[in-house]
Amino acid sequence: MKHFVSQLALASAMSVAGFAAHAANTEITVAMQLEPPHLDPTSAAAGAIDSVLYSNVFEGLTRFMGDGSVVAGLAKSWDISDDGLVYTFILHDNVLFHDGSTMDAEDVQFSLNRARADDSTNAQKALFAGITDVSALDAATVVVTLDAPNGNFLFNLAWGDAIIVAPESIGDIKQAPIGTGAFKFANWVQGDKIELTRNDAYWGTHAVLENVTFKFISDPTAAFASVMAEDVDAFVGFPAPENLPQFEADPRFQVLVGSTEGETILSTNNKMPPFDNVKVREALAHAIDRQAIVDGAMFGYGTPIGTHFAPHNPAYVDLTGTSAYNPELAKKMLAEAGFADGFETTLHLPPPSYARRGGEIIAAQLAQVGIKAQITNVEWAQWLETVFRGKDFGLTIVSHTEPMDIGIYANPEYYFQYDNPAFQKLMTNLNATTDPEARTALMGDAQRMISGDYVNGYLFQLAQLSVAKAGVQGLWTNAPTQATDLTAVSWAD
Amino acid sequence: MNRNLIIGLILSTLAILAALLSFIWTPFDHVAMNIPAKLQTPNLTHWFGTDHFGRDIFSMIMVGARTSIAVAFVAVGIGMGLGIPLGLWAAARKGSYVDELIMRANDLIFAFPSLVIAILITAIFGAGAVNAIIAIGIFNIPVFARVVRGAAMPIWEREFILAARVAGKNAARISVEHILPNVLNLLIVQATIQFSLGILAEAALSYVGLGAQPPTPSWGRMLADAQTLVSIAPHLALIPGFAIIITVMGLNLMGDGLRDYLNPRTRVART
Repeated sequence: MKHFVSQLALASAMSVAGFAAHAANTEITVAMQLEPPHLDPTSAAAGAIDSVLYSNVFEGLTRFMGDGSVVAGLAKSWDISDDGLVYTFILHDNVLFHDGSTMDAEDVQFSLNRARADDSTNAQKALFAGITDVSALDAATVVVTLDAPNGNFLFNLAWGDAIIVAPESIGDIKQAPIGTGAFKFANWVQGDKIELTRNDAYWGTHAVLENVTFKFISDPTAAFASVMAEDVDAFVGFPAPENLPQFEADPRFQVLVGSTEGETILSTNNKMPPFDNVKVREALAHAIDRQAIVDGAMFGYGTPIGTHFAPHNPAYVDLTGTSAYNPELAKKMLAEAGFADGFETTLHLPPPSYARRGGEIIAAQLAQVGIKAQITNVEWAQWLETVFRGKDFGLTIVSHTEPMDIGIYANPEYYFQYDNPAFQKLMTNLNATTDPEARTALMGDAQRMISGDYVNGYLFQLAQLSVAKAGVQGLWTNAPTQATDLTAVSWAD
Repeated sequence: MNRNLIIGLILSTLAILAALLSFIWTPFDHVAMNIPAKLQTPNLTHWFGTDHFGRDIFSMIMVGARTSIAVAFVAVGIGMGLGIPLGLWAAARKGSYVDELIMRANDLIFAFPSLVIAILITAIFGAGAVNAIIAIGIFNIPVFARVVRGAAMPIWEREFILAARVAGKNAARISVEHILPNVLNLLIVQATIQFSLGILAEAALSYVGLGAQPPTPSWGRMLADAQTLVSIAPHLALIPGFAIIITVMGLNLMGDGLRDYLNPRTRVART
């Protein structure tokens, strides 16, 4: 009898184990640091919203791929008029929203008009600024007219801020997002997790995974513990680079090191004396040892940059030489600018470790040339209030994660307040240029101009660091936009 | 002298000596970073190893002792400076509305955990060593006020106080000339204990980022910085941890020892 019981126990244990292994094949738990404030990608700047929903739940006319290229999304194909002003998009057939309604040209018209409306709360309204008219020719054809040729237009439409929504479901989008993607929104436990399920009525290639859970773990120590304990299957944007060698040495895990669009800069208030003096800014640039920051703050992960442009972009120009580390030169330039004895300023540091650790290193480096930077650690809300909106700062460190965002330097109202009409004209030219070679040349000029004006201290390109269980395949290594695209993710057997 | 007092004195003196010595000498510049030399384990050059920026931990511990002791010292000073007069006043006016007002206000402050008060103050006035001192100091006021009032009340019943009254001294003068000297030994013991609590409170505030701001070294922030590195470089957490333990234990033992030493009854019993 006793023998029989133990056999029974063994058998049931085996069946439970078998079931668990089977279930794991179509389920995944992905952790990330920040929780979205709500679930509408079209009305907030918070990247965490896109990190959960982009491509998974919501899709646009075009979309980013993991390598940064822009390909067709809900639009099957498009035609551009010879003058570059009229885009005619042909939509995919049989695309359904998750509530069962059909996605057609009217939804596209609604989405684009909503994003560019005067009262729009879209965080990237500039993406749609050139649109003068959106009209639906028939259910599957949309015509978009621009006021001037825009070489970036298809790229702009790939952003998470340009996803297609339906007028019927827009009211509840912040809590119950209805999109067209390969996953449907299922459940949100605030402060803990968001769950998605597979959309079996998807118009394109169906996802392999059936159930997806996004967990939010902000504390780096807890993040490390959750991965080590195998509570989560993957951690995208792992916050503690110092722990990665341990995961690399552990056969249970794989470490993905890629690039992001995050130019990490020592943002400088160009309107605040003494930073309104280009000599002072140049001295600042020469006082900074980038490699020490990459090694000390990021444990070697990150690529030094000399301008506000992603190094993996073909148009990138390596300008790190114009602001090479040279504390003697920095001291000399400070003396020429009338600050032989240095000066005092503030250094506001938001929570990520690139800022907090990088800030301590920069403060120490600046002290070497006589600049006393008073460190103030701030939370994100406080940073947005004081630095970003209030412009009440001397220096701050932040990573600008939007793709191709050199255009922010053409906005004199932007928080670092760089006001150079020549640069603004250059950006207008760039936007009006569609020829790829001419665009590359203009982008090079733009990079050289802000580098030569030493607008900000250019530090390094933030690395995309992710850890996953060894069996997870199909995760994005790079982060061309804020996204955790799980539509092609699966488990190896 | 009892054993507790001797051990306590040795340990506390160690911390105070380290702090004093740091004004004139540390093995390395405590803010100088040397990133290629980061995360070294203790060795002959860097006796306590180096941190994640390649700074010398021994030097940081020495200067950190300065921060801890300075914050705790001034905070206890605030507590004594305000708490003792309040306690003496309340005892002198026992049962009056002044007594009630002082003691109920003390209860109000005492009812909040010290850390909550500290977080409140630093949230309003910003993080920094000075605000940490004020926060910890405020928490110390009711402690001293209560101790003094409790000890002073039975003394007010004694004959020599009556004699002083007959001699025409007013309550304030009696409090200073006759009450205070008689409660002094209790205050010294209490101050030692509060000093150790002050060091713990400073470490706790710095740990959550509300204490001394970088680059000023602080034991609490060294612990916080070590948090994600503890699995690859445990000494980063162990060393400041031990520094806090040794100092706090030393002060507590010294407090215990002093209490026994200054209490005539226990002193007689032990000899």
